[in-house]
Amino acid sequence: MFLTFPIMVIRVNTVQDTIEWRWNNLLFVGLGSFVLSFVWRYLLKRKEAGKKKEEQGAVVKTTWGVRLLQEKKFFIPTLAALAIFAVAFPFIFSMYQTNIMITALIYVMVGLGLNIVVGLAGLLDLGYVAFYAVGAYSYALLNYHFGLGFWAALPIGAGFAFLFGILLGFPVLRLRGDYLAIVTLGFGEIIRLILENWNDFSFGPSGIANIPRPGLFGIDLSLQGATTYLYFLMIGLTLFTIFVVNRLQDSRIGRAWIALREDEVACQAMGVDKTKTKLTAFALGATWAGMGGVVFAGKTTFINPASFTIWESIIILCVVVLGGMGSIIGVVAGALVLILLPEYLRAFSEYRMLLFGAILVVMMVFRPGGIVSTVRRTYQFETDDIKPTNPNANA
Amino acid sequence: MEYFLELFLSGLTRGSIYALIALGYTMVYGIIQLINFAHGEIYMIGAFTALIVASVLTLLGLNQIAIIVIAALIAVIYSSAYGYTIEKIAYMPLRHAPRLSALISAIGMSLFLQNYVLLAQTSDFLPFPSLIPEFEFIKPYAHIIRSSEIVIFATTALVMVFLTFLIKFTKIGKAMRATSQDRDMAMLVGVDVNRVISVTFIIGSATAALGGVLIASHIGQINFYIGFIAGIKAFVAAVLGGIGSIPGAVLGSLVLGWTEAFFTGYVSSDYEDVFAFLFLVFILIFRPAGILGRSTTEKV
Repeated sequence: MFLTFPIMVIRVNTVQDTIEWRWNNLLFVGLGSFVLSFVWRYLLKRKEAGKKKEEQGAVVKTTWGVRLLQEKKFFIPTLAALAIFAVAFPFIFSMYQTNIMITALIYVMVGLGLNIVVGLAGLLDLGYVAFYAVGAYSYALLNYHFGLGFWAALPIGAGFAFLFGILLGFPVLRLRGDYLAIVTLGFGEIIRLILENWNDFSFGPSGIANIPRPGLFGIDLSLQGATTYLYFLMIGLTLFTIFVVNRLQDSRIGRAWIALREDEVACQAMGVDKTKTKLTAFALGATWAGMGGVVFAGKTTFINPASFTIWESIIILCVVVLGGMGSIIGVVAGALVLILLPEYLRAFSEYRMLLFGAILVVMMVFRPGGIVSTVRRTYQFETDDIKPTNPNANA
Repeated sequence: MEYFLELFLSGLTRGSIYALIALGYTMVYGIIQLINFAHGEIYMIGAFTALIVASVLTLLGLNQIAIIVIAALIAVIYSSAYGYTIEKIAYMPLRHAPRLSALISAIGMSLFLQNYVLLAQTSDFLPFPSLIPEFEFIKPYAHIIRSSEIVIFATTALVMVFLTFLIKFTKIGKAMRATSQDRDMAMLVGVDVNRVISVTFIIGSATAALGGVLIASHIGQINFYIGFIAGIKAFVAAVLGGIGSIPGAVLGSLVLGWTEAFFTGYVSSDYEDVFAFLFLVFILIFRPAGILGRSTTEKV
């Protein structure tokens, strides 16, 4: 209460040299913080109690979410229901809703890509949006100069992003933890600033307009039709991404990533090529971002550098961490929550970003592992015990 | 030559401001290995508080010296209180959680504070009164250097000396060093780790608030978004110098400030940030732990 006093109560108007005293705000803040502090204490206490129970070896009740995922008889019907819902979605809801869903699906895809880098390989990347921008701009520019369509641009955009991933990967191989984070952040900013300032190449801050939507074998689609089509396209691409990432996770390279995340030194001692493994993580992660970027350009039909700020990287990172690092279902859930939440918080209009920030904090305090954190493959249980002893390795 | 001097001084000013913010970053990082994204917001809140206090005092009709001293003091106290509260709410429950969770919590806090100021105050740029009077003795050089710049250098230098002294020679400084080396061990030998972390946050926030007041009165306007950009830049500076080291933060900030100033002055202002980041990448390739950072060999 003491804290909020000057900013809430006094609003200065330096132009007219007047001061508004807003005493009534003080009352609200006082009451609000009084109530909230009780709720906060209660929740923290509950969390502590839960932890103690776990430590004493009491049977931890599996939550319904976990049961849903692990037991076949729950899992398959849920999946079927989701599939039906996904197919029916554009026909039930309005085009506006479908558009939001497309955005959410793009984030699912990009989030899964970042999940390879951050979740599996444990390399904190704060400039991931750069690859997204590379994808989007390669579609836009190829279309502008050579008239290439969406389907031709998709692999090319992904390829460009792949190349950029390797390009970034090389200088940062020696860095670890937060140094890596800051260099990737710098890289993201460099790409954005170049796009903003190199007018001849990227048309500067005014961006590129009139990017065609993806076409369906040359059939002209209405706006509604195109949106629906794009929606199904995104569903397909997302499923493809999930499939690939799932396969990658269990492959030799996926295990190498996880090993690298857990302990770099031990991993090298076991004969894993650190350079190659890190580079593939960067490059493959970038590829998905590139594809996401192409779809993004095709969806909005207009791009400019303002879409690729560092906030975008941070939101994608939030998707991964909020959902639960390294877990595919977690990332999907994280993306849906994170993208749909601000949309539905529109009811609170101007307070939505405030709430969004608060929700992030509360989420992390009460579920630090993310939404789906409990799902871990059983054969990994040994690594769980080793992990905390070496803070450098999982930095 | 005069142009060079001007750029040199402008770089020094920027660097000093970055240093004031970077110091807080580096201290917090050194102790709990957390990139405190909300740190830039504290700086912004410091500037806002100072603006509000200064306006109220101006209406009351105090003289200028009294206004600046009181405004800065209140801003520092408030920001410290904010830093303390943020730590208690958003970071303390996450002490043993994965580090990325704490990072996200910090990002959430930063978003929250930005929007909180946006809603409670305004989204426009507010003109900030230039609080620092023009000194008499500087008149002949007024075309090269402003008195606010001198105040900024002096403050940064003082703060750095003070912090170095605090960490090297006082009891709490010793406790800080112990905590940053090994938190569990520090706890075992009787260091109140929670208190040490709180003190770190308070000191870090206080320096950030000082930076906020000084830069706002130097540039002359503030809005709710200044914290984020400044925070990123200061973080870059802290990493450049070797995160966790106090002289490193100051050195990194000065290097960054000069790099930006000279590049803007001699090449182009469009690519100023590109160059700053490229420079950072370049330095980190050759010195992966920053300019003054010690590279640690990992033991198995």
